[in-house]
Amino acid sequence: MTTLRTRGKNGNEIHPLKLEKAKTGIAGFDDITFGGVPKGRPTIVCGGPGCGKTMFAMEFLVRGAAEFNEPGVLMTFEETGEEITKNVASLGFDLDGLVACKKLTLDYVKVEPAEMEETGEYDLEGLFVRLQYAVESTGAKRVVLDTLEAIFSGFSNTGMLRAEIRRLFRWLKDRKLTTVVTAERGGGTLTRYGLEEYVSDCVIFLDHRVAEQVSTRRMRIIKYRGTSHGADEYPFLIDEKGFSVLPSSGMKLTHAVSNERIPSGVRDLDDMLEGKGFFKGTTVLVSGTAGSGKSSLGACLADRSCVDGRKVLYVAFEESAAQVMRNMRSIGINLERHIKKGLLQFQAWRPTQNGLEMHLLRIHKLVEQIKPDIVIVDPISNLMMGNVHEVNSMLMRLIDFLKTRQITGFFTSLTHGAQKDIEQTDVGISSLIDSWILVRHVELNGERNRCIYVLKSRGMAHSNQVREVVMSSEGIRLIPVYAGEGVVLPGSGRLSQEARERSEAMQREQASQERGRARERKRKAVEAQIAALRADLAADEVEWSLQTSEEVHGESRREQDAAAMVRLRSGESRNNRQNVSARGDA
Amino acid sequence: MKRKAAGKLNAGDGKKAGGSAAERQNVKNGEVALVELRLYVAGQTPKSLAALSNLKKICDEHLAGRYKLHVIDLVKTPQLARGDQILAIPTLVKNLPVPIRKIIGDLSDFERVLVGLDLRQTGRPN
Repeated sequence: MTTLRTRGKNGNEIHPLKLEKAKTGIAGFDDITFGGVPKGRPTIVCGGPGCGKTMFAMEFLVRGAAEFNEPGVLMTFEETGEEITKNVASLGFDLDGLVACKKLTLDYVKVEPAEMEETGEYDLEGLFVRLQYAVESTGAKRVVLDTLEAIFSGFSNTGMLRAEIRRLFRWLKDRKLTTVVTAERGGGTLTRYGLEEYVSDCVIFLDHRVAEQVSTRRMRIIKYRGTSHGADEYPFLIDEKGFSVLPSSGMKLTHAVSNERIPSGVRDLDDMLEGKGFFKGTTVLVSGTAGSGKSSLGACLADRSCVDGRKVLYVAFEESAAQVMRNMRSIGINLERHIKKGLLQFQAWRPTQNGLEMHLLRIHKLVEQIKPDIVIVDPISNLMMGNVHEVNSMLMRLIDFLKTRQITGFFTSLTHGAQKDIEQTDVGISSLIDSWILVRHVELNGERNRCIYVLKSRGMAHSNQVREVVMSSEGIRLIPVYAGEGVVLPGSGRLSQEARERSEAMQREQASQERGRARERKRKAVEAQIAALRADLAADEVEWSLQTSEEVHGESRREQDAAAMVRLRSGESRNNRQNVSARGDA
Repeated sequence: MKRKAAGKLNAGDGKKAGGSAAERQNVKNGEVALVELRLYVAGQTPKSLAALSNLKKICDEHLAGRYKLHVIDLVKTPQLARGDQILAIPTLVKNLPVPIRKIIGDLSDFERVLVGLDLRQTGRPN
């Protein structure tokens, strides 16, 4: 058990007693076996027809020869060298080239019982001779025996065959040849002829099953003596690049975190997320009912991220690339320019094309290839075809995979069912999600309106508001719904309420203007009165001043008259003076 | 070589002409095909030695003078194993006349060897 603890991922040398391993070069397989197949020992790869045994073996051999400088020998019992060369050429393996530079030897062993007559004792020394010759002529380190069991059909003496197979494995081990033997699965046993009892070092089981008309390939390491290994069933894929196994990396939660923010592309949504958007490397789920604008949010994110120079992988399961482009143009988003620049990679797959694992594996491969900053999957709910547990574990792997690479995941999910269930529908994966945004329809006043809210967003003080999604050719806006007077009203309810408020405000305004005018009138009237009174007063004052001067004048006249009277009375012309005086007295 | 061997057979081995269909055919055409045999062995193992002595007996008895035998030791020339698709040792290959036949084992069952060499019409047709 000490070997388990001292083993590093690539550290064959850490512990001298440790089992040495030979890298297969098969994506993912070396991870789950912590280094590959046992070096210098035979490994059995078994499974039903068409499960990928030969592909596994071929990739082991070709990668060994091409990448690890370990020449190999391929001994096929079922296909001719020519056939197999053609078959693997589709995976980009150039067998002829490897043969030409003496890194690979092909030997087709034809087992044709119809041509053979058995008379007495024999053994399979011929096979050994051929194998030895092939191994020596290339200096091979790796050997593949592709369906060794085919020899059982050619010879009737199974006792002899078993003894020879036992001897063969011994022979391979003695020569320290890392061998992969493929074997057909038998009824009730791993291999039809029980080869696994001869090979006790490593047994790999490949399975190709069809569930609900969808095929998935899985791999399980049944036995790996002297080392630990992943014991799960791992989905794998055979595509134009060869074999790849999807390792489950969900056991560790050690991914790095980032404080960098990724704007969502919708300003109002950013506002709801502290004004900055999502954290980089987190997983965002947008769930909602059909037509609630999930894809549009995804497109906004893609658009914005590409504008910011980030690479985006957009995986669409519902619409073709062209359709998404066209639809998004209607909300003012032009995704084509990003595709031309190479920032946006669009992949449209039919959800029924493959099993869930296959899709996720393809996403894995694309991510490895493109190295995007953001992965948008629209929608993941289309992948949820298998049983819930399976789906969750697969999504967990995907999310974990993205997180370890600091890739922001943006998933949309179509929810069904009644509105009260909407928050439960995705509950299976919700715990894996960092930011969960819900978009849903609210039906009110004979119309349906989209309402959006942030259900959760880890690590930030997100808004608790419900906002209304309004899409126009200008893009998406999230408008606060009318929330006054204890009611929440979206859509036309909000609009009419707002209109009502506007008209009320106008009335108030008008009333106040009216009051202002009345005040003005009154002031003017008073001022007019004041002016009139002032005018009266002025007139009076003139009068009064006239009177005063007259009085003053009169007084002086009287004084003059009196003086004249006095003069008359006491002067020479007495009579005149008397008359004047009398008049003045009157 | 072939001509010469066939001629020799015609002269000295006429009584066996009624044996197999192939032989009858050959006689009818006025010549008997040479039987070309290769025995693959791997070193001087008991099985190989037994096969060789058994084969000699059969040939002497049934194919005297009209066969050609090569003994190929794969220990010395392993590259030759591929051409005739040799797996089991010892293997006797009849290249001519067609069809090609392979007889594996130490050839201790004479009847089967003869059937395998198309010298007996028992067993399978063809």
